[in-house]
Amino acid sequence: MTTQPLTSSLGEVAKNRFESKIASTQVQGIGLEARGIHAWFGDRMVLEDLSLDFWSGTVTALIGPSGCGKSTFIRTLNRMHEFIPGAAMAGQVLLNGQDVYAPGTDVTKIRLKIGMVFQKPNPFPSMTISENVLAGLKLAQLKVENKDDLLEECLERAGLWTEVKDRLGAYGGSLSGGQQQRLCIARSLAVRPEVLLMDEPCSSLDPGSTLKIEETISHLSSTMTIIIVTHNMQQAARVSDYTAFFLSEGGPGKMVEVGPTGEIFSRPKDKRTENYVTGRFG
Amino acid sequence: MSQTVISPASVGGPTKREITTQPRVSDRVFAGIVTSGALSSLVILGLIFFFLTFQGFSVLRTQGFRFITGSNWQVVQDAAGNFDPKATQFGIGAMLIGTVLSALIAIVVAVPISILSALFLNFFAPPFLKKIMVAVVDLMAAFPSILFGLWGFFILMPSAEYWAKLLHHFLGFIPLFQVDPPIYTRSPFIAGLVLAIMVIPIVTSVAREVFSQTPPDRIQAAYALGATRWSMIRAVVLPYGRSGVIGGAMLGLGRAMGETVAVYTVLNVVYQVNWHVLLGAGGNVASMILLKFGEAGPEEIKALMAAGLILFVLTLAVNSLADLIVRRSGGKGR
Repeated sequence: MTTQPLTSSLGEVAKNRFESKIASTQVQGIGLEARGIHAWFGDRMVLEDLSLDFWSGTVTALIGPSGCGKSTFIRTLNRMHEFIPGAAMAGQVLLNGQDVYAPGTDVTKIRLKIGMVFQKPNPFPSMTISENVLAGLKLAQLKVENKDDLLEECLERAGLWTEVKDRLGAYGGSLSGGQQQRLCIARSLAVRPEVLLMDEPCSSLDPGSTLKIEETISHLSSTMTIIIVTHNMQQAARVSDYTAFFLSEGGPGKMVEVGPTGEIFSRPKDKRTENYVTGRFG
Repeated sequence: MSQTVISPASVGGPTKREITTQPRVSDRVFAGIVTSGALSSLVILGLIFFFLTFQGFSVLRTQGFRFITGSNWQVVQDAAGNFDPKATQFGIGAMLIGTVLSALIAIVVAVPISILSALFLNFFAPPFLKKIMVAVVDLMAAFPSILFGLWGFFILMPSAEYWAKLLHHFLGFIPLFQVDPPIYTRSPFIAGLVLAIMVIPIVTSVAREVFSQTPPDRIQAAYALGATRWSMIRAVVLPYGRSGVIGGAMLGLGRAMGETVAVYTVLNVVYQVNWHVLLGAGGNVASMILLKFGEAGPEEIKALMAAGLILFVLTLAVNSLADLIVRRSGGKGR
């Protein structure tokens, strides 16, 4: 299996538009669009001029060797980049046509719409499983009619419900690593984001848990935009509709190529992409 | 079945091997130095305890329980001018209550201020201000306590007297805030405020340290869920730092209970059990020892040693309690 079938109608639209204009520089006003992103840590430029579109109902995998700016890039998308002292960026990130870096933007609202799952599972250890899932509501002061339904729905979508439904009062830290990561996914879903960023979500997990998370990604992709950073080429091939290859050749990271996952893995246009996906370096 | 010799291995499974290592000489020397360093503090503490017990025991025996519960301090001499152990009364009950009361006031005032300062320093202060403030707070911890006492006496007391009157006016119906006769100066309340200022740097340092160790991935998780700074602090930083802050508060409590000179300056040493925090009477054990020490005869010195012993045990008890609380609340949130 290379490319996932696009299930939602929005996905079809996205696919058509994407293929007509793979990395456009024009603003479409739909979904998440990155335009001319540069990023710096202090004086060191780590990302140079990156433009990329992400459409609802698709999974985009970002691949490339370590240090090529993949994580930095997705952290610019939900404004987590600015937490690092000395970090700076240039360019625009547009969510439904609105610049998330525009002055006066409520950054907490941006992060509600663009959720994030981290490399290392990080449930809140002082909270129970159900409190963890619903933590976002409390943190962002959101009101919800029926918390129990939301709890079950999110755990179900994250593929964890059957494993934890009898011990929702147990602490989050009592779960295995893979379960903790799915708990973190459930926690991200509870605030109903439009986009989910996943920064190497399986890198600290065993193959069984990885498989479960990949299934979860497949289920989620019909309703939201997913961007996943991964070092695992097979994983990129299994879960993503589109793949972007990033590379740093000594200087700042750049995007070498982006396209439907099948094409990137079978007939990449750039020699460097071919070398990377066939395992000749990286 | 033939006769076989049953070896221990075939009875209880394989025998466990003894695993030994031969440490290098340099390693053993280093271990010895480290151990003696650690033991020396324990030995010194033990010697102090032994000294106090040795000196104070006879007084504790003749006075009995009255030493802790009583509030009289009277050295009686017989007609020939000799010390009369029967009629003499040594009781530090009022001082013990004063010690606990003023220390508790100090903690109640200091802990919220310290937590807020620590949160400010870690999460709100711009870097240059943080550097300056950390230096100032650390300096405050090393400030001589007599200066706090003088400042408390000359500067704080006039204002605090007014606050005490306000408290009495609005909350006087609570027995704790009753004042009769109307003496508002040199009260446990004012001593507590001075002690609070001395305790704040200690609790702030500890709280700042534990808050700064909050795992960054949890902070990021909270922000990624749309948390504001305050909701992130409430959900992540405070649960993580709670046991450390309790430990810091107990450290401060110990400091407040043992403080001598500052309390001596601002608190009336009156042998009267006083629960009314705004009333100018009370004293604490340490400052009483300071007050009496200069003119005490040999028997009275022994009584002061006994008072020191009680204070020592009280401080020890508070620290053990702190340890227990920290351990109880440690698991969650970590």
